[in-house]
Amino acid sequence: MPSPLLSVVAAGAALRAGETTSVELLASVLSRAEMTESELHCYLNLDREGAMEAARRADEQMARGEERGPLHGIPVAVKDNMCTRGLETTCSSQILAGYHPPYDATAVTRLRQAGAVIVGKTNLDEFAMGSSTENSAYGPTRNPWDTERVPGGSSGGSAAAVATGSAMAALGSDTGGSIRQPAALCGVVGMKPTYGLVSRYGLVAFASSLDQIGPLTRTVADGALVLQAVAGHDPADATSYAGPVPDFSAGLQRGVDGLRVGVVKELDGDGYQAEVSSATDDMLGRLASSGAEVEEVSLPLFDVALSAYYLIAPAECSANLARFDGMRYGLSIKKATAAATMAATRVEGFGPEVIRRILLGTYALSAGYFDAFYGQAQKVRSLLQEEFRNAYQQVDVLVSPTSPTTAFRLGERTQDPLSMYRSDICTIPSNLSGHPAISVPIGLDSKGLPIGFQVMAPALGERVMLTVAAEVERIAGFCALPPPALAPPTEVPL
Amino acid sequence: MPIDVDVAHVAGLARLALSPRQLDRYRQELSAILEHASRVQKVDTAGVTPLSHPLMLSNVFRPDEVRPSLDREEVLEMAPESRDGFFLTSPALE
Repeated sequence: MPSPLLSVVAAGAALRAGETTSVELLASVLSRAEMTESELHCYLNLDREGAMEAARRADEQMARGEERGPLHGIPVAVKDNMCTRGLETTCSSQILAGYHPPYDATAVTRLRQAGAVIVGKTNLDEFAMGSSTENSAYGPTRNPWDTERVPGGSSGGSAAAVATGSAMAALGSDTGGSIRQPAALCGVVGMKPTYGLVSRYGLVAFASSLDQIGPLTRTVADGALVLQAVAGHDPADATSYAGPVPDFSAGLQRGVDGLRVGVVKELDGDGYQAEVSSATDDMLGRLASSGAEVEEVSLPLFDVALSAYYLIAPAECSANLARFDGMRYGLSIKKATAAATMAATRVEGFGPEVIRRILLGTYALSAGYFDAFYGQAQKVRSLLQEEFRNAYQQVDVLVSPTSPTTAFRLGERTQDPLSMYRSDICTIPSNLSGHPAISVPIGLDSKGLPIGFQVMAPALGERVMLTVAAEVERIAGFCALPPPALAPPTEVPL
Repeated sequence: MPIDVDVAHVAGLARLALSPRQLDRYRQELSAILEHASRVQKVDTAGVTPLSHPLMLSNVFRPDEVRPSLDREEVLEMAPESRDGFFLTSPALE
């Protein structure tokens, strides 16, 4: 049986050479899932039958010479906030327990068209609100590198599945770092594309002006392939980018010679784990040795980005989650009036973090506070984007750590919302600006936990971002390392 | 400066039937988060236009063509209650 830890590129090559089949690849990741799921809980729903059917179909197509591209026959996991027709989609919330969408998200449709095999739906923080996957109504996911630690979030199930080999690639969504931060904490590659590049149709909305779907993969080249499959204009999403989609794999071998790399001054210092800072510095030195011009760049508004984000994201969340009313689908607690039904259903169906953000957002949008909070935050966002634009006149990409620390312990930050929110301090600015960013694993700290390195680029600058990311990956030589064997179960205080 | 939030009023706007204990807990948490978030007010934004779409797209239209929509039966299968092709809810007025 093939290894479940093959890259998409390697598995695809083996498939096309006739050395393996899609059914074998799927059997390999499913057997890995059998071994790891009881401990890690990457999946909310493993679709063994549907996936096996899709894998058989992929093999038949290939036997007939119907090649669908690099993802043909590859087992891919999908975060459970993307609609999958007929397959339960809960967003890790009680309010959507038992919900079977009547349609596929566009990104899911495109995966299917590319011949990918959808293995199942991965765990997340409820409605993608969180940085540890502990806010799932169905229990947390654990980090494959240390099961007493969180995988990051909110795409923690997708990140842990790719890290452990229970999927060869996965889709996640990133509103404030929800692809990149778990990728960093689990030692995989995670990419947030430019806002609008991947359709949000069928992605259950959290903060519409920030949400973006992207890949979690073992390698940068795999990320480019998955992005290629799902990117492109979709008339069903009015915010979708209608321009041409470039070949994302074209510049992966270019190297960084002559490229200008800006190190964000504000993303270091207090609150940054020393080993994260030193691994980042080490990588900068090695990028310079590879021919990059490395210089420090200051973006002072990064210091208020977190504050702006925690007004804008909750405000949009409070509007988006108004649709969960107990009337048309999902949980319903019937009361004497429609309004009472809504209020009872929502308080029963939403978890504490979702309620916290709905309240925060409702307040920030309410009469008398709108200008001082939401309106002001949207203006800060304009200024931040201008600051980014100015920086990109000096440099081709910006870099930083992806997360100020490596994976933290379960329960460590759940009692203090602000300490949890600070987990996303390095990733949030690119969501506010709408720009692409990627996390690449560059090493381990002294506890054996992965460290992520972030590369940010201007709008639609995925090509140069991937060029730098591929060089970072080559220098670090990290991508071939599988997570260690799982430790025996231990008691973890929650 | 701590920000005092009338959580009961906000919870009413958000259609959340919170218990007194929950109201108290969220009042404290929201105050701390808003104190941090209010740092945006220190930024001089005079004359700045708020950012809506990062790529500055506007007036996006699709062709006005008749297309199939979701199947009504399939959609209503997910409803807590339905009758004669409609969603059935409690009365809007008491």
